[in-house]
Amino acid sequence: MTVNVNKLVKMAEDIAANMSYTDDQEIVSRKIADHLDRFWDPRMKQAISDYAADPDSELTESLRLAVSRLSLAEG
Amino acid sequence: MASVVNYYRVGAEVDLGTPGASSSEQITLTIDGAAITVAKGTSIMRAAAIAGTNIPKLCASEDLEPFGSCRLCLVEIEGRNGYPASCTTQVEAGMQVQTQTDHLAKLRRNVMELYISDHPLDCLTCPANGNCELQDMAGVVGLRDVRYGYDGANHLDAPKDETALYFTFDPGKCIVCSRCVRACEEQQGTFALTIDGRGFDSKIAASQNEDFLGSECVSCGACVKACPTATLSEKSIIKLGQPDKATVTTCAYCGVGCSFRAEMQGDQLVRMVPNRDGHANHGHACVKGRFAFGYATHKDRITAPLIRDSIHDEWRPASWEEAITFAATRLKALQQKYGRKSIGGITSSRCTNEEVFVVQKFIRTAVGNNNVDTCARVCHSPTGYGLKTTLGESAGTQTFDSVMMADAIIIIGANPTDAHPVFASQMKRRLRQGASLIIADPRAIDLVDSPHTRADYHLQLRPGTNVALINALAHTIIDEGLEHKQFISDRCETQPFKVWKAFISEQRNSPEALEEVTGVAAAEVRAAARVYANARNGAIYYGLGVTEHSQGSTMVMGIANLAMVTGNLGREGVGVNPLRGQNNVQGSCDMGSFPHELPGYRHLSDTAARALFEEEWQVELDSEPGYRIPNMFDAAIDGEFKGLYIQGEDIAQSDPDTQHVYAALSAMECVIVQDLFLNETAKFAHVFLPGSSFLEKDGTFTNAERRISPVRMVMQPKSGMSEWEITCALSTAMGYAMSYEHPRQIMEEIARLTPTFQGVSYEKLDALGSIQWPCNDQSPNGTPFMHVGEFVRGKGYFAPTPYVATDERSNSRYPLLLTTGRILSQYNVGAQTRRTENLKYHAEDQLEIHPDDAELRGIVDGSWVGIKSRAGETVLRACVTDRVQPGVIYTTFHHPESGANVVTTDNSDWATNCPEYKVTAVQAYPVSHPSQWQEMFQRFNREQQQLLAAGREKDPARERFDKIK
Repeated sequence: MTVNVNKLVKMAEDIAANMSYTDDQEIVSRKIADHLDRFWDPRMKQAISDYAADPDSELTESLRLAVSRLSLAEG
Repeated sequence: MASVVNYYRVGAEVDLGTPGASSSEQITLTIDGAAITVAKGTSIMRAAAIAGTNIPKLCASEDLEPFGSCRLCLVEIEGRNGYPASCTTQVEAGMQVQTQTDHLAKLRRNVMELYISDHPLDCLTCPANGNCELQDMAGVVGLRDVRYGYDGANHLDAPKDETALYFTFDPGKCIVCSRCVRACEEQQGTFALTIDGRGFDSKIAASQNEDFLGSECVSCGACVKACPTATLSEKSIIKLGQPDKATVTTCAYCGVGCSFRAEMQGDQLVRMVPNRDGHANHGHACVKGRFAFGYATHKDRITAPLIRDSIHDEWRPASWEEAITFAATRLKALQQKYGRKSIGGITSSRCTNEEVFVVQKFIRTAVGNNNVDTCARVCHSPTGYGLKTTLGESAGTQTFDSVMMADAIIIIGANPTDAHPVFASQMKRRLRQGASLIIADPRAIDLVDSPHTRADYHLQLRPGTNVALINALAHTIIDEGLEHKQFISDRCETQPFKVWKAFISEQRNSPEALEEVTGVAAAEVRAAARVYANARNGAIYYGLGVTEHSQGSTMVMGIANLAMVTGNLGREGVGVNPLRGQNNVQGSCDMGSFPHELPGYRHLSDTAARALFEEEWQVELDSEPGYRIPNMFDAAIDGEFKGLYIQGEDIAQSDPDTQHVYAALSAMECVIVQDLFLNETAKFAHVFLPGSSFLEKDGTFTNAERRISPVRMVMQPKSGMSEWEITCALSTAMGYAMSYEHPRQIMEEIARLTPTFQGVSYEKLDALGSIQWPCNDQSPNGTPFMHVGEFVRGKGYFAPTPYVATDERSNSRYPLLLTTGRILSQYNVGAQTRRTENLKYHAEDQLEIHPDDAELRGIVDGSWVGIKSRAGETVLRACVTDRVQPGVIYTTFHHPESGANVVTTDNSDWATNCPEYKVTAVQAYPVSHPSQWQEMFQRFNREQQQLLAAGREKDPARERFDKIK
């Protein structure tokens, strides 16, 4: 892990908060994942994905779902 | 060449005497026996000038409304008694006008005799010699004698005022034509000048008979340009004499993009005169563009490449070949050691489109990744995101001139009189005509209450609550049934509108529910919403007070929603208008500077777009986004990002959380800075590649209206290489050969690859003067108004905009909110303007604090104040003022030693990572000495200046450094 994951989590949670205009987690998580895929460097996506895989990680539900949907390319 | 004006008389610009008329009705009359047809409302003077006859004049100018005071432009009209002034008399059908008769000649000579009887006869030593309308008119009317003599009462000994920094006022030469007074009123809108006294005692006075420097004068130079004599003269003209040639080019300061004539003697710039035919500025200017060009030849300019192994080593002067090889070798070695993605680049919003294009091309091809970003990251990146999402294109929708058709104007988080002064003058003209004004700003900007303009509503919201306010405005429009139903059903996506409408109608978005959050009374919000929604044309203008927030992108979408719901898009007088900060921030974004998209805002995942570039560039492109600037910093500190090529951006001063930026730059092994000066970032650099001022460039800038304007070289690059040539040389040395013969070839490549630039060429720019993109087969001469009939994305998209409070909140430890902004005389990090006389207008950044907050803390006006946030601490001088509301403090960021960004944090916009400069929770307290950071800054700055000086001492070709001093 080379990217500061705490910052990435903060950034991703900010994205999640701003996408959460509805209670429908399905819609929100798809929008978050789409945003991350469009704008995040693959290394950042990989880092948050690795973080999410840790059972002790703390992510909001919609974000965790979004991370699971990320298209992860080779970094 | 069309752009070069070689004067038959130095300084001449065609002046038809009075402004043109806009009527479609045509009037035919006869002037001196020849028939001419002009628009109804045209003056006789203008009609005659169009027909090729210049009626003598002194008080008239095409830039000003006719005044009729000098009595020189008299004409005879068949069937009428007397001798009407041709400037104030409009044409009529069948009118027969004589502009030259024996009697008229006698009358004009009589008038000139009176003028000259009270005017010094020092023409040969006068600074206006060769460019004096009084002198010209004396010649034109054939003045041979002044029967009154010169011994009577006169004004010749009136004391000269030399206090203004860039011009002098010599009342002894004044003919009281009032052009300066009218220019200050009509063009600039400051009303700083007046005619004081009556009859023989009449004289021009600044403010209440004050000297110019102490008056309300903002040094825009409109009065100087308007003056027909040497009464108001540029100090540069007095020092150097009249220019002998001029080239039309574009200002390199703010996003207005004013057109100027650079007036020259050889390769020396004598003065910059705003171009009457300038499509963004119409002959007006501000103190920066008009006068603050001295930085281009300042002694601090570095004109030879410099290299060093460590930032604690002396700089070593190098040849271009040596420096390029040094840089390329280091970058390649880093990639070999740390991987292809371990380096990147930053493009400059101050450089030309062509220069920016080659830098992003260099990163995507020679470097082989997408780690390219631009200064827009820290200013208008949310505009790109927000407008692309809602309307389909990452740009403002209008012309500047569109404001003249606006009936209700909303300004949100912008301070046009300071940051976009020439456009502010135009906006003030419209406001004086009666347009309503709503300002949403935590601070009382000048437009809230200025001469002859006053905001109908100043929604003085708390910093960080923009989205709450825009939601409350939109809620009111829906709640009160003020939406434009036809526009919404015809032009916008139905389902997203339904979702948005349900969201915005929720009680939590009502002005009443959000009153506590924003601090703005619900009744005020509702009233303002009604004014905007009910106006025939409503226009929104916004600046960094919208974008530089944790919800910057949300706010931009909220603004677009507001415009769509009221039908205020797709025609003149309306629109969503981002006021761009730097001269080419729009262009740098257009040119593909962002890590996720190619030129023309096409995402890297767009296979067809990528294939187009791959075919042209003959290289396979990475399809995944690269790092944004803050990501680069974080990765550098984590040891993963090692090298950076920075084109004309001073990230060490302009980016937030300075100590974090310093740490990131220090962690990199190869920092290459291409700039004019050893700026703050260059102090962390290993390679310095000397850049060029805008006077040394051919290329184009794109302003906030999407207007592409020509930048033309008036002097050779001081360093011997154009900036695009430097980038090409670096690319070639890195293994990807890149070469052009002229920037026009770069523009041809841009046009081949970018649909919105398809029809742009230097030939067309020469012919049209400027072009607003999109320029293509559908709009061969450009596009003044976007989204006419249909949005770029098809149907408009209403994006839900939930208000999410920023994490930067005041608390007991940090009870105040700091917000930052700009001042008229300085530009951005001040690297240019601090190296001009403008420094005297604003010698230091100050901290504005409300009297209540100051008293509570024992802070007095002019004393030192410490400011501390969770990011850092700095010290500024206090300015106690009620311009700011209690609980809010404000400063500018033009001086590096101020350390404004030591205090700002890494909090950023959720969508784009644009820093939240506008909200930082801080504490303020009296102090007696600089902060720890400031002491460190001074030590480091001293060390770096010594390392530069030592290198210069050892340079065998030292004259290279001195040649422009």
